[in-house]
Amino acid sequence: MKFSATWMIALRALRRNPMRTGLTMLGIIIGVGAVIAMVAIGTGAKAEVAASIEQMGQNMVMIISRAARSGRVHMGSDSGVALTRQDYDAIRQEISGLVGATPEVRVNAQVAYGNQNVNTTIYGVSEDYPAVRAWQFAQGEHFTQMEIRGAAKVAVVGQSVATNLFGGGNPVGQVVRIQSAPYVVVGVLRAKGGNRMGRDQDDLVLVPWTSAQVRLTGRTTFRVISVQAESAERIPDVVEQILALLRQRHNIREDQEDDVKIFNMQDMLEMATSTAQTMTILLGAIAGVSLLVGGIGIMNIMLVSVTERTREIGLRMAVGARAADILLQFLVEAVVLSVCGGVIGIGLGYGMARVVSEKFGWSTLVSLDSVLAAFLFSAIIGIFFGFYPARKAARLDPIEALRYE
Amino acid sequence: MKTTAAEPQPVIRLESLDKIYQTGAVAIHAVREVSLTVAAGEFVAVMGPSGSGKSTLMNLIGCLDRPSGGHYWLDGEEVGALSPSALSQVRNQQLGFVFQGFNLLSRTSALENVELPLLYSAHGHGRRELRRRSQAALERVGLTDRAAHPPSQLSGGQQQRVAIARALVNEPALLLADEPTGNLDTRTSIEIMAIFQKLNRKGMTILMVTHEPGIARYSRREILMRDGRVVSDQPVRERLEAVQELGRWQGVAMEEQA
Ligand SMILES: Nc1ncnc2c1ncn2[C@@H]1O[C@H](COP(=O)(O)OP(=O)(O)O)[C@@H](O)[C@H]1O
Ligand SMILES: [Mg+2]
Repeated sequence: MKFSATWMIALRALRRNPMRTGLTMLGIIIGVGAVIAMVAIGTGAKAEVAASIEQMGQNMVMIISRAARSGRVHMGSDSGVALTRQDYDAIRQEISGLVGATPEVRVNAQVAYGNQNVNTTIYGVSEDYPAVRAWQFAQGEHFTQMEIRGAAKVAVVGQSVATNLFGGGNPVGQVVRIQSAPYVVVGVLRAKGGNRMGRDQDDLVLVPWTSAQVRLTGRTTFRVISVQAESAERIPDVVEQILALLRQRHNIREDQEDDVKIFNMQDMLEMATSTAQTMTILLGAIAGVSLLVGGIGIMNIMLVSVTERTREIGLRMAVGARAADILLQFLVEAVVLSVCGGVIGIGLGYGMARVVSEKFGWSTLVSLDSVLAAFLFSAIIGIFFGFYPARKAARLDPIEALRYE
Repeated sequence: MKTTAAEPQPVIRLESLDKIYQTGAVAIHAVREVSLTVAAGEFVAVMGPSGSGKSTLMNLIGCLDRPSGGHYWLDGEEVGALSPSALSQVRNQQLGFVFQGFNLLSRTSALENVELPLLYSAHGHGRRELRRRSQAALERVGLTDRAAHPPSQLSGGQQQRVAIARALVNEPALLLADEPTGNLDTRTSIEIMAIFQKLNRKGMTILMVTHEPGIARYSRREILMRDGRVVSDQPVRERLEAVQELGRWQGVAMEEQA
């Protein structure tokens, strides 16, 4: 018997009972759909986390003072010492392997231009900020070291602030007012877009950190200093140097803990991606169970079908079908069911991922790997769960089968 | 090419064929030492009371079942020695079956039902060839206009014709029919006999089981079974011609109308 004949026989058999064929496929459709959608959500989350961390500057290391919340300088050793301007200078001068360093003096304030005004976050930073944060300029350029030294009233605006205040116009050279003091806009940052938490990263204004301290916060310490290492490999060394330097500068004894917390983007990236990975596996596994249930559904229906079609099987044998032909026919039926279900399920999963993206704003990623795996897996499910019923059919005795009521 | 009465080789030769069914402790001797020869071109009716072993004998001849003892040569070849898959090919190529219950696939057109044996032929056919052959088989039983209909839209007689077309599609030398008219009314039964007689005239060897003496009269040779044995074997006397009988029916119907 030709192989194409087996296909024809199997397809005709499935066509004879479209309702049952559809319902049997449904289990696989839902199973595969769920796997594809869940894995897409997990993979999307992982990619986004990685991308947003990468946006911050891949080799960035953040030094956060444990004492700085109060803004007071503690000379005692119990709650540590805030980061000072001298600490910052020491880091710049003594730590090797850095691309740049910047303090981050943060304050919320109102920024006005003409009769437009917006509430935004002002960051007092150094000339290295664009390098540390891996941020480029859309227009103009960053303020200079000289301007920082002189606590100049200059500002760089984020894309959202630029749009809100200036509409389509060019902000460079214009004067904005921050807490009623005039600042000259020298540059506009490129858009970064929203991050995973939905915060608009472009809603900010940069000013020299000196200006921020003197004119906006009135404090002389920093809560955060960020540095960018030359490469990922240098990060551990940079972290070690910083900790040693600060322990020494803050007179911390051997038995005392560090008074700063260090966040390293590489670690965060690893942590976040491994969390996302775990989530992907978990979601995929749950969805995989539903796929398995779909497979059992196929076996169930095929078994019922073999019993119900006993006479048909007897007839086929009477007109010349060999046991192997019957086996193959039922196996092909099961595989066609599962593979068609799989293909439709892939489409469904893709659709679900799209809907999730649009409704919840989560990014999703349907990878080629997951599509291929789902396809292969559904074929394997068809063979695996189709085999037992097929063998049962092939073992029937022709006369017994013909006589079956 | 398959053949005609001129060939000396018998189509069926049985030598003390036995079939014993072992059901639990009881052994049922359904066919006992049956020896029989059927030449090419014969039209044989196997008669006998219910339970006399007619169907069992047909199943043995049809290679659907294996004998418990004895020998069986089909077209000169000893069948007992063949493997199950070789037997499948014998059923596919050399035999055509017609059953009492038609055994058509539901929700499947007459044409596709007729195609069935072709799908299991060792040498595959192209789609067009399948179609052509099954159409030709339907033509032989006079049912071309119903080719696209599923069994549920056909009368009993039409369904049996589809079953006959299916039996003929691989052009077997031997047609086996187990009570082919068992589920049909008298007139339709005669129509089926007309088809059998036509096929037989063209050289087809036919072996048919029936318990209706009236139907046996359309054959040429009558074998009587009792308790698994052949108790009589003689030519049919007062043979009937189905076509004439149908004409008479027509006449009666017209007289009644008149
Ligand atoms: N599969 C079977 N198992 C056991 N006994 C059977 C089987 N088939 C038929 N028989 C017995 O064999 C005998 C002959 O049956 P069968 O050939 O069907 O007779 P017929 O067709 O002449 O009515 C009967 O007694 C029947 O009960
Ligand atoms: Mg019988």
